[in-house]
Amino acid sequence: MSTALNSERRAVLKQNRAGRSERLLRAVRTPGGAVFILLIGLLAAIVVLNPSFGEPSSFIRFVGRTAPIAIAAIGQYFVIVGGEFDLSMGSVVTMQVIIAGNLIRQDDSKVIPVLVLMFVLGAFIGLVNGLITTLLQVPSFIVTLGMMLALLGLVLYWTGGAAQGNPADSFRQIGRGGIQDVPVLDIIPYPVIILTAVAVAAFVLMRRPYGRMLIAIGDNPAAAELTGSRVWWVRTRAFMMSSLSATVAGVLLVGYAGVHPSVGRGYEFTAITAVVLGGVVLGGGRGWVLSAAAGAFALESLFTLLNFMGVQATWRDTVQGAIIIIAVAAASRSWQRKRKGASSAAHDEKHQLAAAPTPAEGIEQGGERV
Amino acid sequence: MKQRGGFFQRLSSTQIVYLVALVTLILGVLLVNSIGRSFFSPGNISSILTGTSVLGFIAIGQTLVILAGSLDLSVPYVTSLASLIAAGVMANNPNNILSAVLLTLGTAAVIGLANGLIVARLNVHGFIATLGVGLIVSGYLATNFKGSFGQTPLAFRLVGATGIGPVPVSTIIMLASAGLAGLLLHRTRVGHHLYAVGGDIAVARTSGIRVDVPVITAHVICSVLAGMAGLLLASRLGVGSPTVGSQGGYDLLSIAAVVLGGTLLSGGKGTITGTLGGVLIFAMLDNIMSVMQVNPFLKDVVRGVVIVLAVAVYARRRIVSRPERFDAKGSAEAPAAQPVPVEGP
Repeated sequence: MSTALNSERRAVLKQNRAGRSERLLRAVRTPGGAVFILLIGLLAAIVVLNPSFGEPSSFIRFVGRTAPIAIAAIGQYFVIVGGEFDLSMGSVVTMQVIIAGNLIRQDDSKVIPVLVLMFVLGAFIGLVNGLITTLLQVPSFIVTLGMMLALLGLVLYWTGGAAQGNPADSFRQIGRGGIQDVPVLDIIPYPVIILTAVAVAAFVLMRRPYGRMLIAIGDNPAAAELTGSRVWWVRTRAFMMSSLSATVAGVLLVGYAGVHPSVGRGYEFTAITAVVLGGVVLGGGRGWVLSAAAGAFALESLFTLLNFMGVQATWRDTVQGAIIIIAVAAASRSWQRKRKGASSAAHDEKHQLAAAPTPAEGIEQGGERV
Repeated sequence: MKQRGGFFQRLSSTQIVYLVALVTLILGVLLVNSIGRSFFSPGNISSILTGTSVLGFIAIGQTLVILAGSLDLSVPYVTSLASLIAAGVMANNPNNILSAVLLTLGTAAVIGLANGLIVARLNVHGFIATLGVGLIVSGYLATNFKGSFGQTPLAFRLVGATGIGPVPVSTIIMLASAGLAGLLLHRTRVGHHLYAVGGDIAVARTSGIRVDVPVITAHVICSVLAGMAGLLLASRLGVGSPTVGSQGGYDLLSIAAVVLGGTLLSGGKGTITGTLGGVLIFAMLDNIMSVMQVNPFLKDVVRGVVIVLAVAVYARRRIVSRPERFDAKGSAEAPAAQPVPVEGP
């Protein structure tokens, strides 16, 4: 009986579902979809200004360059979609960069132990952020702000505020090296591979019960609590993933940018900007993880475009500021429109299912309504 | 959470803030005396109060914005811009003081108006709107000013340097602004609407409040107060500087001071008095650490830990601000435990 009902329902739903192209069009019109259009537009503009950018080998290098910020944006996405903030991200990046520089030095045998230490520390910082936020109920803005001040202070105290030597080359290869002599691309940088792995893992995770629950918690923590979810643990894990992704970004940045206490400064705001540009709503409950990564790429290609246009680097901030305001204003309009549309569609559907004893009739009615 | 009537439960969050401030004070007296110096010397008191004034101006404005359910991350850039305009227009000529002050505050008000309109009309989250406006101003500053600029005349510099007894004039102006902001919150219609909008914007709207007005007002006042902070810094430094605001980290520190003062980050609940307590705690901490010659990097560590710990003290209890409806004991205590949304200043 229930399977019959299910198949009946499914048939109705299938009939009411728009075609593939229309669904794609509709997805593109959400803020999370529009960022891909924005990205394509920006990349096209760059290629027009500088055709060599379009060559596969230089394009893949651009992807590699953007990987750290994209990975950080993916981490920040988990926290934001769960309804919180992580402002400590930049300090975590700085801390990891300094740790790598000071502990590994030129000793290849220390690479693995230090890497393990960095990840353990990253997870621990996320755990502390998460537990203080969820169990002590201090707003995450304040918790991670305190963590940001405290971590940065400790790191600068430890190093005396000055740059230290770079770590062994084998460690830096993670950020700057790649698989050589690839046919079309010439080189596949390791950051691109790591980014792909992180993105796939994040994509899968968000489709698993954990991801669904995280979004539900971001939307309405009280309701999620009542469904039996352990809100505190789900959110705490989101904080841990954020700090871990900052750790990965730090590892890549050591190779790319070297060791300096200023590496990672402002990373939290850049990551939040990227996530928001990707159509993810601050306050939680809405947005797609890959859109957040696309937001990071859009931001980075915007800077590249400005660079090629010969705009002074000092104007970068201004353009970034204007862009995020416009993007979020457009997104908030679009979400509002979508919410109105979605609710009326759900209403129709309910009517059909209640009024339709057979799928055939349901289809007819559906057809009339649409 | 269920134990009502404990010592902490009976205190209002403002009282707890001042309790924390008292603990800081006692600690400060003990520590400073232990190295053979006096905490209560006029010079030290004056330096603590001086430390409160700049952050105080900004935190008062931030309180209004946070109460309205928004945030203002653009304050450091407004402060820098204000110091540049003030010093630039004055150009060491005492006759220009009035016009410079008016122009500075006017510019700040326009930036605040932009913030408010973007938040209220375009429905952009305050975090993003003010971060964006802040970045726009920051790009302008970075492009057009490479170092300090302009000069303030002696008459104007005296404002930042003189005091009545150990109390600096700047602190008096700051406290006067705090008083005005308190009056606005508790004695005017727009102030009451501010609490309503911050508490629940949908309920406020359906109650017939024009929700844009309080949000925009709060943003304009916040920027003007950030402009005042810029004027004060220009008066103290004698020049305008494009980095004076961002170096101070006033955006995040002012938010921390507001939350430390017992205001809910989500808006709708909190007082100016509490914020002043938060600012005082920061100023005393800074002073104690300077006197004790703590490493400047470790100062940030202490600050970060104190912010989190202090907020943690009362974060748990503030969540359950309503008496439990079906609990006889809770409702009996309701009059005492229930914080009226509009507390006296």
